[in-house]
Amino acid sequence: MIIVGEKINTSRPGMGEAVEQRNRALIVRTALDQAQAGADYIDVNAGTFPKDEAVHLCWLVETVQSELDLPLCLDSPNPEALSEGMKRHNGAPMINSISLEEDRFKAVLPIVASQPCEVVALCMGRASMPTTVEDRVEVGKELVAKLMEAGISAERIYVDPLIQPVSVDVQMGIAALGAIREIMKAFPGVKTICGLSNVSYGLPERRLINRSFLALAMSYGLSAAILDPMDRRLMGTLLAVDMLLGRDEYCEKFIEAYQEGRIVEA
Amino acid sequence: MNEYESLTQAVIKGDIQLAVSETRKYVDAGADVQSILDKGLIAAMDTVGENFSTGRIFVPQMLRSAKTMQECMNIIKPLFQEGDVTTKGTVVIGTVKGDLHDIGKNLVSMMLEGAGFAITDLGVDVPPDKFVQKAQEVGADVVGMSALLSITMPGMPATIEALTASGLKEKVKVIVGGAPVTEKYANEIDADGYAPDAATAVVEVKKLLGIS
Repeated sequence: MIIVGEKINTSRPGMGEAVEQRNRALIVRTALDQAQAGADYIDVNAGTFPKDEAVHLCWLVETVQSELDLPLCLDSPNPEALSEGMKRHNGAPMINSISLEEDRFKAVLPIVASQPCEVVALCMGRASMPTTVEDRVEVGKELVAKLMEAGISAERIYVDPLIQPVSVDVQMGIAALGAIREIMKAFPGVKTICGLSNVSYGLPERRLINRSFLALAMSYGLSAAILDPMDRRLMGTLLAVDMLLGRDEYCEKFIEAYQEGRIVEA
Repeated sequence: MNEYESLTQAVIKGDIQLAVSETRKYVDAGADVQSILDKGLIAAMDTVGENFSTGRIFVPQMLRSAKTMQECMNIIKPLFQEGDVTTKGTVVIGTVKGDLHDIGKNLVSMMLEGAGFAITDLGVDVPPDKFVQKAQEVGADVVGMSALLSITMPGMPATIEALTASGLKEKVKVIVGGAPVTEKYANEIDADGYAPDAATAVVEVKKLLGIS
């Protein structure tokens, strides 16, 4: 499983202030903590600052990478912020995201084609949110085809099936899971990715729902997740499920995490 | 205990069948439809909103109650004389241009409707001039805007400017919301109100219109 640490996001409590006040120490610590907890990428998102998003995102890229040798996930729908952030990034970042909405696709495509990076392809429809498995697969198909046409190899593409809350439509969980399975089947080499928290919007005990969804999504073939790696119950679930799916030789990672006190029982 | 207590309780529980039969019962007994609406249905949705705000109930329960109320409305609506329904005010609502997210906006619409407001929902990807035109057409008291993306948030100040240019800004109250939208941002763009969720939106809209 590829883990993207989600904590550096200005919509999370305290993070907006940390970015505005250029609190380097807090940002660096949040990044290092996530890396130590097992993150493969550190997500950076300054989406609550529509006017200064690019400036803030660039500062986040430089601040995190000055202390940590990990690729970042540049998380923004804003082409300017993505392009500026990418220029300041060492190595190949993950660009989150491109989608089919006309302006956004045209604006983000040249950015992801301009230098080595990985790209998240979000299954948002042209005129509305997807509801069924078929909606998602159709959009995913078109995105993958267009990205590959632009010279981006399958291995660099992460399709996000777009997770919606089950509180509003109880079929949304299974629709996303079905889409993960169909997309993994339809495009060899392409990866799937999603966030976990949308699914539990509007419900109590969200972390319980999120980690149950993670387990299910992994069994449907999910390759990567955007999550809080500091959540030890969640990480415990992730490691246990990885092991149960036969991907942890000699159960090494699971046992090691237990011995180092990194996991707790759900 | 109000005289429509059984109906109120059925709506709070989201028991569509029971609520519908209770509504019919009151209608058949000759009750005033406006008072069924106010004291039975809207009173129930007020409680639902309160219970949601305090964390005692959750989104699916709120939706179920709203749906129950709609079913009851379908029964009593035809019984109002043309233009006879007293609403608390008229709200034009939509997700701003370039943005297709509608879950939060739909919840707000539903709760405002439940609270007794007349709603014109413009859907998603709504350009500023469409907000203005519709607000003018229906004589809106409130314009509500939702955005889920940093890049579409500027659609809010753009709409507020368009309302100002058309002379409507003084006549309507503007309320905004959506995941990346903050109270601070609402102030910066000169919106009149901000709400982080659907139940708060109802409270905020009432406050803006001076309804207790």
